[in-house]
Amino acid sequence: MLGDVTFGQYYNAKSFLHKTDPRTKLLLLIAYIVAVFLAKDFLSLATVLAFLIIAIIFSSVPLLSVLKSIKAIFVIIVFTFVLNVLFHVKQEGETVYFWVVTKEGLLSASFLSARLILLVTGSSLLTLTTTPVNLTDGIESLLKPLALIKFPVHDLALVMSIALRFIPTLANETDRIISAQKARGADFESGNVFARIKALIPVLIPLIVSALRRADELGDAMDARCYSGSKQRTKYKKLTFTFRDVLATLFTAALIAGVVILNGCNIAVLA
Amino acid sequence: MQAIEFQNVGFFYRSDEENGETKKNEVLRGLNFTVEKGSFVALLGRNGSGKSTLAKLINGLLVPSSGKVSVFGLDTADKKNLFEIRKKAGMVFQNPDNQQIASIVEDDVAFGPENVAMPREQIKISIDAALKATDMEKYRYSEVAKLSGGQKQRVAVAGAIAIESEILIMDESTSMLDPKGRKEVMDVIKTLNEEKGMTVIDITHYMDEAAEADYVYVLDGGSIRLHGTPEEVFAKKEVLRACGLELPRAALIAEKLRRAGVPLSSSILDNESLAEELCESLRKN
Repeated sequence: MLGDVTFGQYYNAKSFLHKTDPRTKLLLLIAYIVAVFLAKDFLSLATVLAFLIIAIIFSSVPLLSVLKSIKAIFVIIVFTFVLNVLFHVKQEGETVYFWVVTKEGLLSASFLSARLILLVTGSSLLTLTTTPVNLTDGIESLLKPLALIKFPVHDLALVMSIALRFIPTLANETDRIISAQKARGADFESGNVFARIKALIPVLIPLIVSALRRADELGDAMDARCYSGSKQRTKYKKLTFTFRDVLATLFTAALIAGVVILNGCNIAVLA
Repeated sequence: MQAIEFQNVGFFYRSDEENGETKKNEVLRGLNFTVEKGSFVALLGRNGSGKSTLAKLINGLLVPSSGKVSVFGLDTADKKNLFEIRKKAGMVFQNPDNQQIASIVEDDVAFGPENVAMPREQIKISIDAALKATDMEKYRYSEVAKLSGGQKQRVAVAGAIAIESEILIMDESTSMLDPKGRKEVMDVIKTLNEEKGMTVIDITHYMDEAAEADYVYVLDGGSIRLHGTPEEVFAKKEVLRACGLELPRAALIAEKLRRAGVPLSSSILDNESLAEELCESLRKN
């Protein structure tokens, strides 16, 4: 059930996007998110989509794996869509349309849903093409200036990498606990929302207990492997920028420029 | 110099009682033993006999309440020595899922070398050698979560030997594995011991593993009840049984066959020698 947690999982391949520096990918993802929010109409959103499709092609990640990330927020998308259709307020002179399905309502709801989907698939492309260690290395490197104000950058990066490492382990564990509780007659499927949330307590408590026990053992294992904080530690993987990073940056810059220009045209036409 | 030396070592946990008195919960007492460099030592004992506590005393994860533990002459009670001791004595734990800190095999094996500030080029050489020694080269870029139990434990062994340690402590590392995984791990450990001269402390309750060691210690109730070569230890089966242990399976079968009248010597401990002697006696008849 929880075995296919795709979001945050790495897809092993050797593509252009895989070889791009994680710092570049992180910064370009931020740029991409900005572009998604800058886009004011369907045409510029289509530009973003075209960009995403090209990025997916350059990642050699199967489309299905990318689309799986939508599953995780499917409920949110549907919720947003329905709310936007029903509560789209449009004033026309004195009349206020409300609780009525209008063409504008449908359009604006589709627009928002498309935005959400583009956001999630774009972000998942980062974690699909970057190993957790590279990702945390990238974040650590980008946050390095904060170490000057005594911010524990290294510890934060380590915590993140351990968290990512334990996602599949804990997902499996959750599955096992659910099965064990079902075997003891627990009911997770019936009742209203509150009853179902309450039914999860016998799953959460053993899960937390086991996670703490794991943490204890992992701490010993880290000590046994000479871990002593960030002091005088070397790094096996060195991050280096290459021509790929330049290309990717130029391409993303083109996207932002495209979106801004399209927005500008649109406004010009309206004016 | 001995690789490991225990001098009159005792260990207890303090448990607070309600009436303000602290009660000592003694786990180990009066332990005296040495482990020679390059030897393969098995440590046997039932659950609660203090095996794992002893393992953690070796690399300073725990410090003895009395007595002294030293690794290559370094006292584990001195905090300044801990880094050196842990560099020399790697440890593989029981649960295959709780030892890797990175998601990808290669990155996890690099964790130890990074901690001891090995230069980058050297780390690569170390990882290559460690993955080769554990026969995990194929899985270098695989996700740890997708490996089998035996493979995960081999990654843990690789992580321990990548810092060029000289002692390998196996703290019940095969107890959560299936027979295939156990064999994979034991084969790797034995090769390391025989070919690289790695000192191995194998803490286990599998008698078959102990039968192949150079020397065996039997721990019961916090102290050593029996010690000697596997032949010597397994000859005293009454004491073993009193400690909650059994003979290796091959020895058990030989014992039953002897009782049924098959002429077999009492030194049989593993499958190979059992098979050999059986063939021998068949040929005679």
